[in-house]
Amino acid sequence: MSSFVPHTEEEISSMLSFLGLQSLDDLYTSIPEALRLGRPLALPAGLSEVEVIEKMDTIASRNRPSSREMICFAGGGAYDHDLYSAPRALGGRSEFVTAYTPYQPEVAQGVLQALFEYQTMVSRLSGLPISNASLYDGASALVEAVNLAVAKTKRSRVVLSEAVNPHWRETVSTFAMGPGHDVEVAPVDASGNTVWPDDAQGVACYVVAYPNYLGLIEDIAAVKRRAVEAGALLVVAYDPVAMSLLKSPGELGADVAVAEGQSLGIPLSFGGPYLGLFSTTMELVRLLPGRLVGETVDTRGNTAYVTTLRAREQDIRREKASSNVCTNQTLMAVWAAIHLSWLGRQGFAELGRRCLSGRFYLSSLMEQRGIGEVRLGSGSVREFPVSLQRPASEVIEEMLGRGFLAGVALEGRRSIGAFEGSLLVAVTEKRTKAEMDRYVDELAEVLK
Amino acid sequence: MTQTEIFAAGGKATSIPLMGGGPEPTIFELSVSGRRSGALRNNGVPLVDAASVIDAAYLRTEPLDLPEVSERDLVAHFTRLTHRQYSVDLGAYPLGSCTMKYNPKLADTVADLPGIANTHPLAPVSAIQGWLELICTLEEYLLEITGMDAATFAPAAGAQGELTGLLIMKAYHRHRGNQKTKVLIPDSAHGTNPASVTLSGYQAVTVPSNARGLVDVAALRGLVDSEVAGIMLTNPNTVGLFEEEIAEIAAAIHDVDGLLYYDGANLNAIVGVARPGDMGFDIVHSNLHKTFATPHGGGGPGSGPVAVVERLARFLPGPYPVRGETGFDLIQPENSIGRVHSHFGNAVVFARALAFMLALGGDGLGLMSRMAVLNANYLKTLIAEHYPPAYQATCMHEFVATASNLKKAAGVRALDVAKALLDRGFHAPTVYFPLIVDEALMIEPTETESRQTLDALAAALIEIASMAESGEGAQSLHEAPQLTPASRVDEARAARHLVTTWDAKD
Repeated sequence: MSSFVPHTEEEISSMLSFLGLQSLDDLYTSIPEALRLGRPLALPAGLSEVEVIEKMDTIASRNRPSSREMICFAGGGAYDHDLYSAPRALGGRSEFVTAYTPYQPEVAQGVLQALFEYQTMVSRLSGLPISNASLYDGASALVEAVNLAVAKTKRSRVVLSEAVNPHWRETVSTFAMGPGHDVEVAPVDASGNTVWPDDAQGVACYVVAYPNYLGLIEDIAAVKRRAVEAGALLVVAYDPVAMSLLKSPGELGADVAVAEGQSLGIPLSFGGPYLGLFSTTMELVRLLPGRLVGETVDTRGNTAYVTTLRAREQDIRREKASSNVCTNQTLMAVWAAIHLSWLGRQGFAELGRRCLSGRFYLSSLMEQRGIGEVRLGSGSVREFPVSLQRPASEVIEEMLGRGFLAGVALEGRRSIGAFEGSLLVAVTEKRTKAEMDRYVDELAEVLK
Repeated sequence: MTQTEIFAAGGKATSIPLMGGGPEPTIFELSVSGRRSGALRNNGVPLVDAASVIDAAYLRTEPLDLPEVSERDLVAHFTRLTHRQYSVDLGAYPLGSCTMKYNPKLADTVADLPGIANTHPLAPVSAIQGWLELICTLEEYLLEITGMDAATFAPAAGAQGELTGLLIMKAYHRHRGNQKTKVLIPDSAHGTNPASVTLSGYQAVTVPSNARGLVDVAALRGLVDSEVAGIMLTNPNTVGLFEEEIAEIAAAIHDVDGLLYYDGANLNAIVGVARPGDMGFDIVHSNLHKTFATPHGGGGPGSGPVAVVERLARFLPGPYPVRGETGFDLIQPENSIGRVHSHFGNAVVFARALAFMLALGGDGLGLMSRMAVLNANYLKTLIAEHYPPAYQATCMHEFVATASNLKKAAGVRALDVAKALLDRGFHAPTVYFPLIVDEALMIEPTETESRQTLDALAAALIEIASMAESGEGAQSLHEAPQLTPASRVDEARAARHLVTTWDAKD
């Protein structure tokens, strides 16, 4: 058995006698006898470190992770980007990894300053001046955006584009059950654009994705006009990597911008821990969910950082708080700040261009080779749908045997309007020309 | 140009205590136009011009303004930031209710296994069998520990677990046709509890504590009526005491078809000793980042799995991993409340927690809690003369002491004690919580601190108390900390003059 308890037998008995107790069980006299377990836990005996790692490796090896033997063209909110050594080494430093929430700012300047820098970068990505210190993931960021809009407008009708990540839409519906928001889905037409309802009565917010779940760019200005006329907020769910090329949500009039930050230096990790990005306007800052780091000074007059506007938060406002967020995803926020700094101004622009170039190469090649019907709508950065002669899930299963995770099947809970059954294909800067050529060859074989 | 205006990125380390301890410039100040870190791969694809592929109306005109630093600058800056940050790996962290125990390094190795780190969450079930097996195995461990029947691991933190549990409660009452409007919460509860209740659409009703620090059961009975959906309890509670009358509380709530929700913030006291399921709880959330030793990451990622009794399993979030006859699969429970996370939750945290459980095994997990309780009682007794415990009973894994004597004698407050402790090389305890104790110091040493560490921590606390009691040291306590990377921080100014990004600076 491994144990991380440092006490020797002698220390345990002397500590017990210091307390006037005979045995460790005497510590639990306040628990009524009938409620005590009275037996050891029915769990296997403990193992040494090396045995644990071997056992976990055996389990982990039953997965088919992304690798050079399993080339990943799947996206759908989780992307196989290149990761780099310096961000990885820095992000793994135990001062970041094993710290608690920065409740004592005098000894937490490292995390606080990294979060301040993160907030700055997220505000630049989103084009909105206030960004919090992270939420759990893209879905939770959207849930909080919807709650903010309902609180601000005192209305309960929420209109979501069908082309918002279907998992996020489901999550919004789940949490809407509590306060009782009226969630409505606006369908997507065959070109991948949202068809918004004509009736704007009582709308708290419109939620549009940019680019949307299909990877396609929608007309944000049009939905902004609707929001303004209706007195509703505009919530934009954006792809942070696409912001290397596209105008920011803030520039297009978003009141709240949310995103999944996994693409900013976080491994695929079977979906978590990821990173929820949340930004808004100065006008809405007092409704901001989660933690916010601000700059201040210490008693010597030196610049210092601290969590601020704390009166919004659950530990102070309790049942009157508009969000219950306590623990967030700080470590992933720090990773994102380091990753974006490593890429830098030039590297980030180049990253976007390489994603776009790869996407263009692959979609063009598929069109040339007659692989299904590629749909690019009003434009795509790194992801697009293609309808095949067979259901996407069957194609994906067969492609696994050929060393490819071919994409995401727009089926079942992930089906989207006229795109039902299509294959959603993502191309990051990590995908080489040779991989794409082979991918298309194998797809052609499977579809033969 | 004065010296302070030169931001010499790579070589100047005056921001770390080792080399002077001044402030660290931001990464934006270290930025030099035209500089960059490493190169991206050449993927062999001809580069296209964005304007030829995407409508110019959508394209930004300038590259996004990110820092421009060399890799050497980047590493220096963030490494210096780590020198300005306390952590469990550096020393004791006796924050009450936070369970800041040591995070074993073997879990880091596990987290980096390719099948753990690099699996896509939307890969088909045939490609994620290991992950589903991992979650099902972790579920089996957690169910034995908590005495429950089924669990979801999707909630990303304790607070999300609370809300998930409350939505399960709500779905149950709707399914039964019950008309419920309110949830009871003790006055000592964490702030997330009432906030979660409001977000679930119920009204939070406060139950008073009695003089012994426990739920006042008579008052509770007075509050229970047919509209009570349930109660949220932490047991042991936030003052570190076991709710001895839990069976009576459970009966009163179950009598009106209410449900008992267990907040697992304090589970570290009772693993292998008593189980929430045996106490009558119906819904139990745990914090893998507390009890099961996964690192807190400076404020996350956490993981807040929710376990339920059999009759509530049909309401669990989907997709739900199950062990089938031919392999593992994902199902949607019959009356599922729906999805609560983009994917499956903070999955890598599950892998770390399972590695910890495998290492300790049943016996080790039981010893873990017993030693956490021994350490808390030992420390409580060592400092009791100067910091009287708010309640006399044997505590569980944490205790609440008060600095009210020091305040009366010398105007030294719990906050001053906390800050002075930082100068003595320890993280501070939780202060001013729970709200029902004046000048509260909530102390949780955890099982991984040695007797010598507890002795040193007690000596530091007693030294601070003696300074305050003598009156002479009171001023220096108000001025603490002095040896830390920042001295006392002006929190009011941060709120008054809001600067939350580099771009918002004057």
